Amino acid sequence: MKNTLRQVFHSSKFLVGFIIFALILLTVWLYPLLINPGNPLEMIGVGTFAKPGTYVSLYDAVNTRTETLRLPDADDKRVAYLLSDADRVAMIEWFGIMDIDVSELDATDTDALLDLWFENYDPAIKPKGMTQARRNFFKRLDKSIRQIRSADTLKVMHPEEDELVERSSITKTDYVNVGDVANVKLLPLGTDNFGRDVLKELVSATGTSIVIGLIAGVVATLIGLTLGLLAGYVGGLVDDVIMFITNIFTVIPSFVLLILISYSIGQEQRGASVVALVIGFTSWTWTARSVRSQVISLRNRDHVNLSKLSGHSLVRIIVTDILPYIASYVVMAFILQVSSGILSEAQLSLLGLGPKTTVTPTLGLMMNWAMLYSAHTNGSWWAYFPVILTITLISFSLNLMNTGLDQVFNPTLRD
Amino acid sequence: MGKVILEVRDLKTKYVTRFHEDVYAVDGVSFQIEEGKSLGVAGESGCGKSTLALSMMGYYFPPLHYISGDIIIDGKNISGMDPDTVRKTILGTEIAYIPQAAMNALNPTQKIIRFVEDVIRAHDPKADKKEIRERATARFAELGLPKDVLDKHAVELSGGMKQRTVIAVSTILSPKVLIADEPSSALDVTSQKMVIKMMRELMEKGYIKSMLFITHELPLLYNVTDDIMVMYAGQIVEKGTAKEMVFDPVHPYSHGLMGSILVPEEGTRGSRLTAIPGTPPNLKKPPQGCRFAERCRYATDECRYHAIAEKPFGEGRSYRCLRSVDQLREVYENE
Amino acid sequence: MNEPRVRRDFSDGPLCLSGRGVTKVFGLGDKKTVAVDHVDFDFHEGEFVSIVGESGSGKTTLSKMLLGLLNPTEGEILFQGKPRDISSGRKKREYWKGIQAIFQDPFSSYNVFHKIDSVLLDCINMRGGRALSREKKIEMMTEACSFVNLKFAELTNKYPFELSGGQMQRLMIARIFLLKPRILLADEPTSMVDACSRATILDMLLELRNETGMTIIFITHDIGLAYYISDTVYIMEHGRFVESGPADKVILNPQAAYTKRLISDVPKIHEEWDLSTVDLKAEE
Repeated sequence: MKNTLRQVFHSSKFLVGFIIFALILLTVWLYPLLINPGNPLEMIGVGTFAKPGTYVSLYDAVNTRTETLRLPDADDKRVAYLLSDADRVAMIEWFGIMDIDVSELDATDTDALLDLWFENYDPAIKPKGMTQARRNFFKRLDKSIRQIRSADTLKVMHPEEDELVERSSITKTDYVNVGDVANVKLLPLGTDNFGRDVLKELVSATGTSIVIGLIAGVVATLIGLTLGLLAGYVGGLVDDVIMFITNIFTVIPSFVLLILISYSIGQEQRGASVVALVIGFTSWTWTARSVRSQVISLRNRDHVNLSKLSGHSLVRIIVTDILPYIASYVVMAFILQVSSGILSEAQLSLLGLGPKTTVTPTLGLMMNWAMLYSAHTNGSWWAYFPVILTITLISFSLNLMNTGLDQVFNPTLRD
Repeated sequence: MGKVILEVRDLKTKYVTRFHEDVYAVDGVSFQIEEGKSLGVAGESGCGKSTLALSMMGYYFPPLHYISGDIIIDGKNISGMDPDTVRKTILGTEIAYIPQAAMNALNPTQKIIRFVEDVIRAHDPKADKKEIRERATARFAELGLPKDVLDKHAVELSGGMKQRTVIAVSTILSPKVLIADEPSSALDVTSQKMVIKMMRELMEKGYIKSMLFITHELPLLYNVTDDIMVMYAGQIVEKGTAKEMVFDPVHPYSHGLMGSILVPEEGTRGSRLTAIPGTPPNLKKPPQGCRFAERCRYATDECRYHAIAEKPFGEGRSYRCLRSVDQLREVYENE
Repeated sequence: MNEPRVRRDFSDGPLCLSGRGVTKVFGLGDKKTVAVDHVDFDFHEGEFVSIVGESGSGKTTLSKMLLGLLNPTEGEILFQGKPRDISSGRKKREYWKGIQAIFQDPFSSYNVFHKIDSVLLDCINMRGGRALSREKKIEMMTEACSFVNLKFAELTNKYPFELSGGQMQRLMIARIFLLKPRILLADEPTSMVDACSRATILDMLLELRNETGMTIIFITHDIGLAYYISDTVYIMEHGRFVESGPADKVILNPQAAYTKRLISDVPKIHEEWDLSTVDLKAEE
């Protein structure tokens, strides 16, 4: 046993898969515990799909001690933010209307452009043939351009005396240390359509999905193993009946069955564990078939015959002489069942047949919400891409572990 | 004395296990085979006889490694050649090798003629298809194989027929030495007899010049080969003609081995089989003295600490024991 | 030690296992193959019987039927003169108390997850020794091991696969020694072990028979071995017994053509091996 485990962990494939899966589990366990506790379905944002980033309350930022920093490119960045290339083109258009020679003017020279603007713009001028809307556009442009040069300070209402007092003046070169701001919210993956923290939701959903996968895997493996052992070892009529049932289940596409069962249960009754059971009850067939074929090849081994001759009971022979031989195989089948259980849940939920939406998030539900609120068309990649990546990573790690185990237990695959 | 076709001098090879331990499977083996003669190798499983066969080809790939010694085929030393040259110039023309499971090595989806093409083309890449077919047809007819075998797939042939086909195909280039490692052990007695008969015809018709035959079945060895050597723990413990070895074995191990022969002949029923207790030594750390000492009924303390060289006696015989031939014979007499 | 073994005549002794028209057919319709075809046999108490046949002769199928692992399609097997009844699981278990087996491949005969101790302890428990003291059990196991020239002290806490093939087969005989069944069916127990270990195993089987008087049914393809060891020989070809009788009579003076061929095809050491009896050009 110890030796086998050592061999298993010597397989690099298994080890990589195991580490990835362990890291995922560790995150699922520790993230809500240490970093971000609370209800994953809590709506923290008003409005949908806030971008990933760090959010700072404006009020608190203003109230925070300011520092003046001389950052060389800060001015340029600010100007670029307030004065776009389109604005510059519009300014030059105005100069053209005013009959000013702009052949010498460099559109990128902000200072020269602004000087010329303040000399020549007057909102009272009504150029001929210009619509009111266009004139208003130039007025707005002027207003925003004046902000660049203004040295206005921000005034803050005194909280007690209810009047406008200048508590501090913030100039263009002032900065606030984010660490000093009282309310900072880091949203590495933004929010979803309901304004919920996607990362927190994702971690919780990963946990739920893995639990669903495990329940489905245990159910499918238990049913498949029991039926496979009985069919393979007892044989005869028992085998025929079990294989008949198995074949029926194999012929009907299990996903269709899954959809029908899920639909008939109804959304309100469908908790995560119910969905897991439904998945488990529809996916045991191939475990049963492969366990059966393994058992048939073992059934005629001499040690089983000797055990029979020794008068051991059916149960004892199955448990002590058959089961240990196929244990490694069953573990591998179980890992694959877990992986396919997670995928099945994602598929079902994506179609809207997953667990009810109000209790816990699952990976499939997150995809479903992202799809319903058109995250993919409005560019909110953070609402669905991390989910896809997580599903891929889980099933990749599980399959990698399976391949590693296969190489250890199946000597013909060793390289 | 005929011309020496194969000479092996002090050949040493080893296996390297997964845990980087050396297993000295062939440890200083020397022998020669003359033209038209066959030599048999007998011994328990794990004594190094199959490794000897593999080492003989000069074709080494891990875990088997060459240490030292010479393999001389018709005056040409092939030891130490690189595997690629060996594969192109030695295998098939100088040496052919037939392992026990040879018949399972045939790809069931290909016709037999394709294997003949492979063997001939490995040596002569420009060989013409028609020529190959003519050559194969002629040789198959000589060896009593039905003509239609060439166009059959391996799965259509019975086990005995497959084994005979493999032997005919691998000797199509008339190699000087044929090494056969248990070529008939997986077959029933009638097929075995046919395989043996075909091998004898190969010798008589001169398609092979000499043969090294390896098996644990002593009655078979006695009937097939001219000389027999007994291997134990990577070394040769006794050499002699087949008759001498079966009826007058000198070394205690060969004596024990010959005492375990079972044949359906009058008189054998009453005799008592000799059993050799114990197991062969671990070849990772071979004993410093006589390797058989631990299991030998006649061993003394001296045997355990005294390395023993091969001692010649009689006509071209040799053995590896501390005691003299007369002493040993006397001991066996008195039992 | 070296005096020839005296052959006892068992033909008048009490019957142990006999069969009348025993047949086994596999498959149905076109795929029907008759593995064992109406064979009759009488095995007596304490007799050492060999069933000799080449691969595909049906000898393994017959042995499975004798063991009760397969049911005959037709015919009757009599156990101690009375028809054998193994129709229910309980009756089967009752029958299996009197019969044990040693199989060809020692490596597949052991459950690789069980230690040697538990293999042997199991035998003691089966013989109703569950209540015995620990010391008594160890004494019995040591005795059984020394019967087959193994040292129990060295085997304890080891797994069977750590032994060599010959030692594993000897351990199988130690098992039989503890179980002491009425009948032992040995299905080619020496075909996968070395010649030297083979001699040991054969001697132990003979000794076991002499000590306990059990009937040993030895299945083999090696006619030389059958001649050496058995009192009575049955020669099997294509599911039928072509010849049977005392070993000396059958082997030294064969009547059936098949027996003659079988004996002539085996290499011998005192007479010339006549290779001319096979024709290479004949289709196999």
